[in-house]
Amino acid sequence: MFPASFGYVAARSVAEALELMAKHGEDGKLLAGGHSLIPAMKLRLQSPRTLIDLGTVAGLRDIREDGGQLVIGALTVHADIAASEPVRRHLPGLSDAASVIGDVQVRNRGTIGGSVAHADPAADLPVILTALNATFVAQSPSGSRNVAVDDFFTDFYTTALNANEILTEIRVPIPAPGTGTAYAKLPHPASGYVVVSAGAAITRQASGTCVAARIAIGGLGSGPLRAVATELELQGKPLTAQIIAAAAAKAAEETDPVEDAYADAEYKRHVAGVYARKAIEAALERARS
Amino acid sequence: MTAEAEYAAVPITVIVNGAKHEAVVEPRTLLVYFLREHLNLTGTHVGCDTSQCGACTVHLNGRAVKSCTVLAVQANGAEVKTIEGLANGDAFHPVQEGFREKHGLQCGYCTPGMIMTAVHLLETNPNPSEDEIKHALDGNICRCTGYVNIVESIKWAAGKMRK
Repeated sequence: MFPASFGYVAARSVAEALELMAKHGEDGKLLAGGHSLIPAMKLRLQSPRTLIDLGTVAGLRDIREDGGQLVIGALTVHADIAASEPVRRHLPGLSDAASVIGDVQVRNRGTIGGSVAHADPAADLPVILTALNATFVAQSPSGSRNVAVDDFFTDFYTTALNANEILTEIRVPIPAPGTGTAYAKLPHPASGYVVVSAGAAITRQASGTCVAARIAIGGLGSGPLRAVATELELQGKPLTAQIIAAAAAKAAEETDPVEDAYADAEYKRHVAGVYARKAIEAALERARS
Repeated sequence: MTAEAEYAAVPITVIVNGAKHEAVVEPRTLLVYFLREHLNLTGTHVGCDTSQCGACTVHLNGRAVKSCTVLAVQANGAEVKTIEGLANGDAFHPVQEGFREKHGLQCGYCTPGMIMTAVHLLETNPNPSEDEIKHALDGNICRCTGYVNIVESIKWAAGKMRK
């Protein structure tokens, strides 16, 4: 299978890529690792006339600490995020999610920026980044702006990025002491994509009381959904098994899950509760240690 | 603008199995077809052609990747290693030897990809557990063996490489 013919330009900097985007307009498409775009182009679901390659831009691949945040360059591949020492130390939930995307070969090519900009409703990273309250840095010819994760995923395969913007960085706050983060996923047995998944960030006091909780669920909607009812059930309560189970059971409350041949809505609602509980329990375990 | 100019072919330089190759390719050329049809390195196979099966696995700058999902232009300036680049003259790579010793193949179609993934695993983790081997093979599908002997082959190779 071949994509339809297209032109190719290798950008050498973000500034040059922005110029190329302005020049090619709607006919141009940014290429990062290509692990969502190239399959879509081979199936002729997408036929951009020009690919603007960001893979040749230096400096968007590092992970660094900056002012209480981990800053992850948009071209960082999943394998490097999964293996990153600062990610494992501060954000093990992100390491969990990056290590269960696709397979080894996919994780060696696919990038965090490509994944979130593609905004597949069955992707892993949008879910954990919602639980971790990430911020996305978008650069345009007029400067850069920050977009909060809760405002970023706007619809199926659609984000708040404008046509003249490039996602350059993902900034994730380093959680407060006493916080644990985790990701739990039910993968489709053939494709490995998310059927239902859950990300959790739980902050507990030494007494065992929950002081903060952010829970996100994937697979139910057009993008990650905050499980607000679950969060409210946990806040201020002792994190006992019963309270966690009761809170997790509300994870799919007021959702209208997308059905497919593999999982119907009722099943997805049920499994959302199961995976929310798994993620909360794993996050709590890490918060304790 | 003519179609030819708009979709201009792109000059690339790729080091494949240690040898430098310069070529001019259509941008839509996939790396696997560049290897097979431009360089006649047909050891890398096209299986599913949808980044599922792993038959097309090669190393790109030292990492296992699915060459059906990489454009040849993305490999410009990179080093590629294929199954043809593993043996040292007549001496098989220990993973190739392991597949022979432990009967890690039947039809052989998936074998080049299996071996390239296994070599990448052993380069990053010289002493993998059985579970780690199985997880590393998540992106390589075999329809003949049932995987048991593939895992045995990789264990054998890991033992030999540690000696």
